[in-house]
Parts: sequence; C-alpha cells; structure tokens
Amino acid sequence: MAVATERLPQPQQFARTQTAERTGGVGVALQVLAYVVLIGVAILMFVPFLFSIATSLKTGQEATNLTLANMLVPQNPTTAAYQTVREANILRWFGNSTLVAAIWVIARAVFGSMAGYAFARMRFPGRDVVFLLVLSTIMVPSIVTIVPKFIILKELHLLNGYGALTVPFLTDAFGIFLMKQFFESIPSELEEAARIDGANRFRMFLQIVLPNAMPALTALAIFSFQGSWNAFLEPLIYVSNEDRFTLPLGLAYFRQANYTDWPAVMASAVITTVPIAIFYLVFQRYFVESQTSSGIKG
Amino acid sequence: MASLAAPRRRGRNPLAAEDFFAGWVFILPALIIIGGFILLPILIAAWTSLHNRNTIGNVNEFVGLDNYRHIFTANEDFRIALRNTAWFSAVVVPTQTAVGLILATLANRKIRGKTFFRTAFYFPSISSSVVISMIFLWLYQSNGLINFLLQKLGLPTPRPPWLANARGVFGLAFDAVGIGVPTWLEGPSVALVSIMMLNVWTTAGTMMVVFLAGLQDIPGDVYEAAALDGATRRRSFFDITVPLLRPVILFVVTLGLIGTFQVFDQIYVMSAGGPAKTTTTLVFLIYTEAFKSGRGLGYASALAIVLFAIIFVLFLIQRRFVGRTEER
Repeated sequence: MAVATERLPQPQQFARTQTAERTGGVGVALQVLAYVVLIGVAILMFVPFLFSIATSLKTGQEATNLTLANMLVPQNPTTAAYQTVREANILRWFGNSTLVAAIWVIARAVFGSMAGYAFARMRFPGRDVVFLLVLSTIMVPSIVTIVPKFIILKELHLLNGYGALTVPFLTDAFGIFLMKQFFESIPSELEEAARIDGANRFRMFLQIVLPNAMPALTALAIFSFQGSWNAFLEPLIYVSNEDRFTLPLGLAYFRQANYTDWPAVMASAVITTVPIAIFYLVFQRYFVESQTSSGIKG
Repeated sequence: MASLAAPRRRGRNPLAAEDFFAGWVFILPALIIIGGFILLPILIAAWTSLHNRNTIGNVNEFVGLDNYRHIFTANEDFRIALRNTAWFSAVVVPTQTAVGLILATLANRKIRGKTFFRTAFYFPSISSSVVISMIFLWLYQSNGLINFLLQKLGLPTPRPPWLANARGVFGLAFDAVGIGVPTWLEGPSVALVSIMMLNVWTTAGTMMVVFLAGLQDIPGDVYEAAALDGATRRRSFFDITVPLLRPVILFVVTLGLIGTFQVFDQIYVMSAGGPAKTTTTLVFLIYTEAFKSGRGLGYASALAIVLFAIIFVLFLIQRRFVGRTEER
C-alpha cells in the first residue's frame, strides 16, 4: 500500500537530470511538444462538459442552430431547461442517490474494515480459505450474478425498493482486500500495548485500529461513493418504480421522455455532475491517490 | 500479494482463543453479503442456465445443455455480439493503454501544472457513464458539435450521422479507394467506433494516472546509467520504461479487458444495440434476452456463463503474454 505522496519528489529529480543531460534543440522541442499535447488533451477533456453546460442554458432553438459565437456561450441565456428538469422529479432522484450513496459508503467502510482487520490480524480456522474465496470474487463479472440476484431479491421481496439498491452492495471483496492490505502495512505495537492493558479485540478495533485507518477508509469511501453514484445496470434491472430511481436511472428515463429537448437533457446531466465535480475538486488528491495505490501495490 | 497465506510467526498468542470466535464475528457481515450476493448467485446462474425460465418465473423447466447448444449453433445474435465486443475490446484496450502511457510519459517530464493535468484528465472517469453517454449522444447528433466543427473545417461528415451509421469502417475505407469488400471484411460499424472513441476519451485519463504512479517508482539513476552508456531517448523508453512498467501494464490491460467485455451503459443510452445490431455487445444481449422479452432468464444465464468463461480465458492468455516475468 502506498498512500503516501512522499515519493513524489523523485520523478522531478529524474526529469531534471534527463533534461540537463540533453540540453539543446531536441530537449526544448520535446518540452514544447509535451505542453502542446497536454494542453490539447486537456481542452479535449473539458469541451464536452463546457458544451453541455452551455447547451443547458440555451433555448431548444438556439441549441440546435450552432454558430461559432453561440457554441460555448449562449446568446440568450435562459434557465428554462432547469425548470423542465425540476418538474421531472429530479430532486427526488437526487435524494434517492444521496441516501443510497450514504448507505453504501458507511456499510462498506464498516464491514470492509471489520473483515479486512480479521483477515490481517486474527488467526482462526478457515481464515485463509475464506479469504481466498472472497478475493476470487473480484474476478467475477457482475453480469454473471445479475440474473440470480434478481431472482434472490424477488424472493426476499426487495425488488423495486431501497433494499434492492443497497443490500447486495453492503460490502465488496475489493474493499476488504484494500483494508486488509492497509492493516498489514501498519505496525501492531499499539494493539499489543492495548492487549497488555486488557483490551479485547472489539475494543482494540474500535479505539485503536479504526482511528488510525483513515487514509484507507478515505480511499474506500471514495470508491464506494463513485460506485453508488454511477451504478446503472443493476439498479436498472432491480428497480422499475420511478419514485425509487437513482439519478442515472432517472436521467436515462428523462432522456427517453424528452427525446430532442437537448437543453433539458444537458441540464439534467449538469445537475448530476456538479456534486461529484465539487466532491472531486475538494478531495482531488485522495481520488488520484486511491486510484494509484489500490491496485498496483497489491 | 506476497502476504496472502504466509502464516505470521509469533509466540503463544494470548488472543488465540478469543480470535477463534472474534474472527468469525468480524467477517460474518461481509461473508453474508458476498456469500449471498456473489457466491450463491454463481451457483444459481449455473443451475438456471440449464433451465428454460422466463422473467416472471412461472415457466421453469429443466432443459439440460439446450441453452448452450442454442448459443453456439442456432443463434446468430451471439456471434454478432461476440464479434462486436471483440472489436470493441481489441480497439479500446490497446488505444487507451497507449494514450495513457504517452500522456503519462509527457506529464512525467519537468513541466508546470502537473496536478492540473492530472486532475483534468482524470475527471471523465469519475463522472457517471450515463451522463457522459448523454453528452456524447448530443455531440454526435447530425446537428451536434462534432459535425458542426467538421463542417467548419471543410471536412466530410458521415451520413447517416455517427450513431445511426451501420456501415463498417473498413468497408468505408475500401469504398473510398474504389474497392468493394465482402461483408465479413466490413469491420466495426461507424456507430460502434463512435462509442469506442467515447470510451477511450473516458478511460485514457485513468490509465495515465496509473502509469504516472508507475513511472514515479522507476529510479532516475537507471536512466542516467543508460544515458552514460549512450542510450537514446527512444531506446531508454522501450528498453527501460516499458519493461519496468510491465506489472502496471498488466494491471491496466486486465482492467481494460474486464471493463470492455462488460460495456453496457454507453450502449444502452447511445444506441440501444442498433443500428442493425452493430453495437449489440454481449452484456447488452444478455440484458435484452433476460429482461426485454428475449428468451428468458435461463438462456441469459447460459450467455453470462459463456461470457465469464471468455473473460477468464482472456485473462489467462494476457497474463501469459504480458505478465510472464514478474510474479511479485
């Protein structure tokens, strides 16, 4: 596990030696090329988002008659599209998404860290076999289990409700693995000290282990939030009641109902993206770190 | 994963008796969810695949291997979906990996605004796939931004427009030089390629971030030594960077394969499998067979098991090719 950014200075060092090694025309040309490509790609990344924001502020008429002038800047800005979206129950879907995301994040943090801790620190019969079994489920494509999950949720009378959106997702093998790796990477002295003081496993876990696991829990929370906020295929199958839609379901539904109303469709896209964009900008460092530290170091 | 099953050596553990019980208590909630919603479903999927079962569940009869027989012999849809998915994977995985690696190499130079680029490039991969699909659906319209810009630049635009165009891109290319080709040489449709481009756009940034972390783990003196020995920049890249990045490449390619073989959201929103089934992928086919008045849950389960097997075999193959040397 590498949740540390302390190793960042290294590459700059290497870059410096590399450019110092070969000064002159080629080095400068390469440097310019690097900027040109990176800036070009950055523009390519932003334009679709900017275009969707611009479209959401246009009238339908203006949206479909593009000119160089109104491409990214609406000439007659209007919030009519947002009004259309608001009337379409989007606040409800937003609320559902928020509720579902909160349940995913909390449950995955709790159950993932509990199981991860047990696999990392405790010795009990069957531990290694069970861990391998859990780990192997990472390889299972979700589509394989979707039909059976549909059948199980139906038997449990959970279809079409919040249960279907949350219960199957309360923990995941990846989160358990992430937490196990983390617990193995931290020293166990504190726990040993607590043990001498007579603490049992549960107290140890709650009072010593969890407060020290914030970096890994942050990574896990980010993955869980992203996963729930964006989940589409499974909710699509388990929920057909409009009142229980999450945002992605609502958007797909809304778009089918407002087929050519591009400003409204884009407004719904903007409303969905803004919270995650803010969340991302605030926790940007953690996002990128969790992405890079999760898989490769395993 | 070195520590996977290595027993920790320690003396008498006073917690041993307690852990015997506490261990199972700690893993119990996770075990119930994973057991009930992943492990048990795999068994149910295998069992269901031997049945003819409709979506409501009032028809459920044992049919043995009939579903599998139908997949491989009678059903053209499976072949079409497999071909589309294979195209999708074969184009998207190498492209996003290469683009990600190039971007990472550039961003790893001594440049200003590294954080900015990382943030910007990673943003698409955190946005909802449904949102991005809707945005691109709009970009690809006949009166959308992409056609508008192409027209402004005096370039031709495909007709019918991108996502409605079922012509194979190789077929079009051969047409352009005046050669007619048989259908099997048509290649992926313009619509499918449009969705491929969207996918590369979304994931290249993720790949870049992962590669960047990998690059930063390569010590600088390796390059200095190579430079002293007179290695060119290109040779350093192919003889040092790429081999040392192999574990990262393996990781990225595995993720890419698993992801592209399960592409669904983009298809559902942008093309619904059309035009002329040219964007019907395996997961989209399974979805329609199971839940959109197709052959039902039994048949869809058989398809899912076949897809599982395909992904597993691909994983083994690429592990042999890419990951041969480093069992870490």
